[in-house]
Amino acid sequence: MRYNHAMQSMIEAQGLTKRFGDFTAVDRISFTVRAGEMFAFLGPNGAGKSTTIKMLTTLLTPTEGSVTLAGHDVVREQDKARTAFGIVFQDPSLDDELTAYENMELHAVLYGIRRKERAVRIEELLILVNLWERRDSRVKTFSGGMKRRLEIARGLLHHPHVLFLDEPTLGLDAQTRNLLWDHVRELNKREGMTIFFTTHYLEEAAAVAQRIAIIDHGIIIATGSPDVLTKQTGTKNLEEAYLSLTGKTLRDEEVNAREAFRMRGRARRMR
Amino acid sequence: MEVLYILWLRQIRRYIRSRSRIIGAIGQPLLFLLALGYGIGSIYKRAGAGDYLSFLVPGIIAQTILFGAIFWGIVIIWDKQFGFLKETLVAPVSRLRILTGSALGGTTTVVFQGVLVFVISLALGFRPYNWALVPLALVVAALFAFALTCFGAGLAAAVNDFQGFQAINQFLIFPLYFLSSALFPLDNVPRALKIIASVNPVSYTVDALRALLIHETHFGLAKDLAVLGVTVAILLAFGVFSFRRIES
Repeated sequence: MRYNHAMQSMIEAQGLTKRFGDFTAVDRISFTVRAGEMFAFLGPNGAGKSTTIKMLTTLLTPTEGSVTLAGHDVVREQDKARTAFGIVFQDPSLDDELTAYENMELHAVLYGIRRKERAVRIEELLILVNLWERRDSRVKTFSGGMKRRLEIARGLLHHPHVLFLDEPTLGLDAQTRNLLWDHVRELNKREGMTIFFTTHYLEEAAAVAQRIAIIDHGIIIATGSPDVLTKQTGTKNLEEAYLSLTGKTLRDEEVNAREAFRMRGRARRMR
Repeated sequence: MEVLYILWLRQIRRYIRSRSRIIGAIGQPLLFLLALGYGIGSIYKRAGAGDYLSFLVPGIIAQTILFGAIFWGIVIIWDKQFGFLKETLVAPVSRLRILTGSALGGTTTVVFQGVLVFVISLALGFRPYNWALVPLALVVAALFAFALTCFGAGLAAAVNDFQGFQAINQFLIFPLYFLSSALFPLDNVPRALKIIASVNPVSYTVDALRALLIHETHFGLAKDLAVLGVTVAILLAFGVFSFRRIES
């Protein structure tokens, strides 16, 4: 019974909690993402989005609660869970000094993809994201959009069941954003891949996601399709629904030294 | 095995592609070698202590490795801040292997720099007393380098910015270097300095290199190697411990 259930739900979080000292970043959240679904995870800065993604992707250990990915517990079956997902992080995570091909190759080895399959798979994916011609260029010569595409290709290399996209379109121009979502939609359709993403662009979420969860102050305050959320709140579109749910006050994200440092780095790269 | 290889290869590729790093990393030891070797060399000779350049070369090789290896830790901070580390942390590979593969890459580059300094010192007139022992000196240098790259990676894992790393460099690595037997013989130094230098693991590696390259030793080669072995074990353990604790 439980097994069947797990087959249909790709991600299942049960009472997921993360506390840092006295501060509760994520407070007993539970949700299910079905296999093949495009699921958006929205929320203001500091609401607990990143912390949740980190717990889902084994980077942080939950204080309480559990998560399964494709039926594997992320804490107890860490390596199996890790092979089940691909991720495009919010911050760039490529090695700039290596070429596109070398970055792909490194990933393939880390995920234990057999040598024979490796070359075929890398070529296939680099063609898919239109980077095959640039395979031998160092990543530091790439534009922001090209890096993003490469990261997506890399995340798909080991045939994951779920692809996590953490603000994948941040800092990209409208054309690149469009293209990127086209890619992702196609992947979702063609391979039935489950997509879990966060974004601050609500029109993207409305256009792409089948279901949305909104998190605020560490608690999931609403779940449903974009239509359901707008109806529930009696608003005209997702943006208004979102604002009516989370309020209009600005959030002061706590920026510690490390975050500030990282942001400086990002600003430098965007130039 | 292949995972270790690809992580090693990544470090080598990065190293080869940044030529400025190669030049920068041997510039400082070379300055020491020339300035001290010739500057103090004449007084040293007049004092009847023999050839200072020969005495200094093993110390400078150790310096190259010490600073090179700790500085290599910056790669890890860089990876941590600019994201590449996350790519490895979510991969189905243990932290131990990530650390070992990367540290072996760091070790290779740092030892290569040590060899460069050795070759330059040959051009300046340095001669090892027995060429057959040079490979053994290379092994000592490699062990020392591996211990320190693990330490550097561990430090990098524990601190969050370059400033913190710099501070450690200033308050730990510089004293470790200057308060060792790298630059002066320990025979006639004040007692306090002698005690400090005698509990400093850097002294023992320098001493081992001296034993193997110029046939001079203060502590005795056996003791040098024993201390080096313990140092490797402790610093590797520190690196692994610190690396395991990384949460991003």
